[in-house]
Amino acid sequence: MKLLTHNFLTSNIIKGVKNGYPLSILPGKVEMKEVDFNPEFITRMLPKIEWSALQKAAKECGFEEGLPDTVGEEQLGDTDLLKRVHKALLEIEVVEGKLVCPESGREFPINNGIPNMLLNEDEV
Amino acid sequence: MSLTSLSHFPTPKISHLSTDDFKFIYEPAEDSFLLLDALEKDCVRIEKLRPCICLEVGCGSGICITFLATILKSWPSLYLCTDINHKATEIAQQTGRENGINIQPVTTDLVESLDVRLKGQVDILLFNPPYVVTPESEVGSKGIEAAWAGGERGRQVIDRFLTKVSDLLSEEGLFYMVVIKENIPEEIEQMMKKEGFDMETVLTRRSGPELLSILRFQRTQA
Repeated sequence: MKLLTHNFLTSNIIKGVKNGYPLSILPGKVEMKEVDFNPEFITRMLPKIEWSALQKAAKECGFEEGLPDTVGEEQLGDTDLLKRVHKALLEIEVVEGKLVCPESGREFPINNGIPNMLLNEDEV
Repeated sequence: MSLTSLSHFPTPKISHLSTDDFKFIYEPAEDSFLLLDALEKDCVRIEKLRPCICLEVGCGSGICITFLATILKSWPSLYLCTDINHKATEIAQQTGRENGINIQPVTTDLVESLDVRLKGQVDILLFNPPYVVTPESEVGSKGIEAAWAGGERGRQVIDRFLTKVSDLLSEEGLFYMVVIKENIPEEIEQMMKKEGFDMETVLTRRSGPELLSILRFQRTQA
């Protein structure tokens, strides 16, 4: 699971959970996988990203290479910054671990890089 | 399988899949290949959209989202896919890898856990639903039956999903869905019209007892 995917996941599917966002990451096995850098893709994706959720997730995965607190439009020309964002969004792979609902503490397993968000019948 | 000889995008390799895998997941068949052919037929329209986020719901083997990514190879996008069957998302990830495509699978029911954050963001949405007419009681499994069991008129899962399409699709977004005649596409067209969508039939093909069609929906342009 890339942090780009994580950025779009919520646990509000659980009965009684309001926002369920962002999910905390309890990393088991994290790998860095090289992905071709495409500045245009990062620039187009940035407005869709919840920045604080990405920052928190990167930290939880042990990646703290200077993601600033905010990214404004004036920074989109900063290739160095876009490369760091690229790395955080696309190169960090959570292979094994858990996602934790911030409201209920319910854990969702990540196995072989795939988050499993299925709930038991009594949880929905 | 009947990909035309004119096709210029390679059909994704699925030789990594074994007969054992097909005990757990749906083996790509005529319906899957018709969706591939429709995407290929629509490739100019799809490329022109310059999609940012693509999503396949109920991806099974992952062949369709992998093919979509192949069409858009020069145009990077996020390729998300979901399936309620965890074995399917595992295999879909593998299908992507075997074809040099990075897809992002999530095991979930339809778009649960993604729909809030994907609101208005999906540029290309694919759905090859469980469309087979079956007793209602067969719907709702998390195993291979989930790949086909559609209940009365084969519409149980289709109808549940159609209510979510308007929320997911971006302004210009395209939604492709596989149906059979028994699903009554004319009625689906009326339902989607109320949601503000135009429907077009991209391709139709008979396969044994099934008259398959690929429907494309887009917001009615003002």
